[in-house]
Amino acid sequence: MSTVQKNMSLSGQPPASLSLAQKGATVLGVFGLFVLALAGFNVNLPNQGVWLTIALLSIGSGIIWFGYDQYKNTLPGIKNDGVWFKSIANRGFWAWIVGLALTGFYIVLYFYEGLLGQGTDGTANTGLIALFDPLSHFLKGSPASQWFVYGVLYTIAIVAFGIKFIWKYRHNNYEKIRTASVMFFQTIFAFLIPELMARLNGDLPFYDLKSVWPLNYYLFDQWNVDGLLVNGSLGLTMLIWGIVSILVVTPILTYKYGKRWYCSWVCGCGGLAETAGDSFRHLSDKSQSAWKIERWVVHSVLVFAVVTTTGVIHSYLGDGTKYWFSKDVFLICVGVLLTLIFGLIWKYKKQELKKDARYGAIGYLVIILALIGLHFATESGNLLIFETGGVRAAYGFLIGSIFSGVIGTGFYPIFGNRVWCRMGCPMAAILGLQQRLFSKFRITTNGGQCISCGNCSTYCEMGIDVRAYAQKGENIVRASCVGCGICSAVCPRGVLKLENGETNGRINPTEVLLGNDLDLMDLVNQK
Amino acid sequence: MEHIVIIGNGISGVTAARHIRKQSDKDITIISAETDHFFSRTALMYIYMGHMKYEHTKPYEDGFWKKNRIELKNGYVSKVDHHNKSLVFADGETMRYDKLILAVGSKPNNFGWPGQDLKGVQGLYSKQDLDDLEQNAPNKDVCKRTVIVGGGLIGIELAEMLSTRKIPVTFLVREESFWNGVLPKGESEMLNRHIKNHHIDLRLGENLKEIISDENGHVKAVIIEETGEEIACDLVGLTAGVSPNISFLKDSGIELGRGIKVNRLLETNIKGVYAIGDCAEQHKAIGQRRPIEAVWYTGRLMGETLAQTICGKPTEYKPGHWFNSAKFFDIEYQTYGWVFSESIKKDEEQHFHWKHVDDTKCITIAYNKETRIFLGINTFGIRMRHEVFDAWLTQQKDVDFVIDHLIEANFDPEFYKSFESQISNAFFNQPVNS
Repeated sequence: MSTVQKNMSLSGQPPASLSLAQKGATVLGVFGLFVLALAGFNVNLPNQGVWLTIALLSIGSGIIWFGYDQYKNTLPGIKNDGVWFKSIANRGFWAWIVGLALTGFYIVLYFYEGLLGQGTDGTANTGLIALFDPLSHFLKGSPASQWFVYGVLYTIAIVAFGIKFIWKYRHNNYEKIRTASVMFFQTIFAFLIPELMARLNGDLPFYDLKSVWPLNYYLFDQWNVDGLLVNGSLGLTMLIWGIVSILVVTPILTYKYGKRWYCSWVCGCGGLAETAGDSFRHLSDKSQSAWKIERWVVHSVLVFAVVTTTGVIHSYLGDGTKYWFSKDVFLICVGVLLTLIFGLIWKYKKQELKKDARYGAIGYLVIILALIGLHFATESGNLLIFETGGVRAAYGFLIGSIFSGVIGTGFYPIFGNRVWCRMGCPMAAILGLQQRLFSKFRITTNGGQCISCGNCSTYCEMGIDVRAYAQKGENIVRASCVGCGICSAVCPRGVLKLENGETNGRINPTEVLLGNDLDLMDLVNQK
Repeated sequence: MEHIVIIGNGISGVTAARHIRKQSDKDITIISAETDHFFSRTALMYIYMGHMKYEHTKPYEDGFWKKNRIELKNGYVSKVDHHNKSLVFADGETMRYDKLILAVGSKPNNFGWPGQDLKGVQGLYSKQDLDDLEQNAPNKDVCKRTVIVGGGLIGIELAEMLSTRKIPVTFLVREESFWNGVLPKGESEMLNRHIKNHHIDLRLGENLKEIISDENGHVKAVIIEETGEEIACDLVGLTAGVSPNISFLKDSGIELGRGIKVNRLLETNIKGVYAIGDCAEQHKAIGQRRPIEAVWYTGRLMGETLAQTICGKPTEYKPGHWFNSAKFFDIEYQTYGWVFSESIKKDEEQHFHWKHVDDTKCITIAYNKETRIFLGINTFGIRMRHEVFDAWLTQQKDVDFVIDHLIEANFDPEFYKSFESQISNAFFNQPVNS
């Protein structure tokens, strides 16, 4: 071997620049965005309905045409050529431009909806939001809001990028079916059903039936609960569904299939990450320190969500004179439920806990302290030392807006497409605990076939170092895994398989892989 | 404290170091002239293709080595002085050892072709080769055509790499069909078609005669032995296999054959000197394996085995049933047990071959004609479970059992169409005299 290192740099370059058709598709898509921007700057467009249709069709078909041209002349297979050479996919100039534009959009959307033309106190919408009025009238019979605009664009993004994704993975049925599923749930459950229900039942609050508390953190807010309850049995059914979905449906499905049934088959945040965010999945941080931060942050958010929700519900319950379900009864219920969960975990899963137990214990302690605090603060309405309304507002601002929107999606091109799901989503944290401790799901490693190439780890959007397990012949059982299946798809040696199976032997720490004779395996596995 | 020195930071050397550390407090030093840290050699292709960056090919974070007290030394060992238990580096520095593990890997073969040392002629094995390739073939404007010589696993990888940058490739394969010294005919021919579908100019049965230089000592063209055709090119990839990288040991007193001769304990003829991985040559082949195995997992197994011996539990290298895998452009290949090509298989080895109509999936099952005992399977485009075949081989299941239970070995992702019933129908409806 040569002793001379001639060149330390590895500066590849893109295999090809954009084709003519891709340039055309880009022009088409940008034109659609341009029309929206014009409306946003209050240019008076005649025939809003027509221009809206033109703009949305241009954006959608631009994305689809681009994807089609990208993959049409290729044989089915993995399409990651040149990923790290592209400016947009490797945190280059275009990544920053897109990141900043998205971030700016989210800030305006959450905090300055007036800039988008949201009418206040009954005044008519102007600007961008007014452009969406015809569609909103058509669907739900009332003017658009910034959330309607966002919902339309969000759905178009998932559907159009979803079609592109399906072309990209057309050899892989798991990816195709999963993507069709997120496209379906976004279009029907997150978009059409709530809008149509609003039409049929004017004062029913917007309710995306698949959005489960605590992701849907305002589900138990007083205005929402009241809004549901004034609508009689339909509203009550929806409220009960909200409670049942987190306490019953979620644990059962996660036990059978792992958290993927939600995170990469149903969820809207996951849906956007898997489709529009697919080009950024390799940007997630795989370091052990990132994993450590992830565990602290996501579980802290969960505790924050539980405490906040408890406080919020507590704040509007009565003292027991009118209904039996009083503030104190509620606190006792929450306390009993948490003690039960923690006790069960401790009883059955103690040996698997080690470090994790610490986090669990701390979170548990915080919540119980908060409950006691609430009990004594019945008069003042405080949560520990903070005012409940203020804590709720802080949660909505910090977690609901900044984390999930501005950072979670705006920073796709910088931190990867699942930063919110990995670091911030309290729902993912609950499902993750269930998946880690009580589930049949695992990613199976195929004996000794792993060659440690690192494709699996590189393309894991959740930043899991998949290779670290695969090269030891160890199954991957991780709280954060959303079961997107890409590690299995990109593996060149057929090493990884997502499976639901026996819970016995699901976690199989070994030091020596298949391929050796048995004596050696025994020898090395001796502790 | 005993000082264990390992030359080579590939999978064998690093595995040995890790397992020695697990069991002991010995001082461990790993020496390499290639890179500062262990990386996956098999992933080099993905760096050029833009799937990964160099840092992604490192299985352990850089802090891992210090945390586990494994010293890393970047240096080139030019001489082993086993009388003084000392190594001499290219820069004259020396290092003492108590036990020495040679895990020095391979180098690309060349067969004395005229022009093989020209600029723009290279193999593909090391990180330096990859850096050279980036210089020689950054894009299709600098490199208008590449000629690859040698139809094996590295040759087809190089063809795939270059094609991702749209560089035209002429692929010279000595055999009449791609890799047919190893693969049975049906599989090899399917791969010929797949290679051509990727727009590779595949030349079967053609050999390199010579490489022609331009006025600057850079490759200009190659000439084909059989036809005399001259093919203009800017890069020649020599990928006709690898052989142990042992020239620096020539006068060391360590017994050499094609590789470093070792016994089953992986000991050389010199006490306290061991060899593992691609560079080790067994005195006597183990089972039907070759005496030198340049395969990722055998390197790892030898590392695991030797660590036991070094830590006081003498252990023989006993690889289990043969298995391997590879990927040819889009088609994944796995093999368990032994399936030999027609050119070398014994008479009693009978093959059953099934191919899907889409021409990207097929299997070949080998079994003993007389006893019907299952010998091995090759699968293309269908993933199979290592554990299951390992067990069936140990239990000496017969071919009928294997066909009947094939679905239990399937490892394809969920929702994939399965072909086991088609395969089973094809097998049981074979003409009796086939």
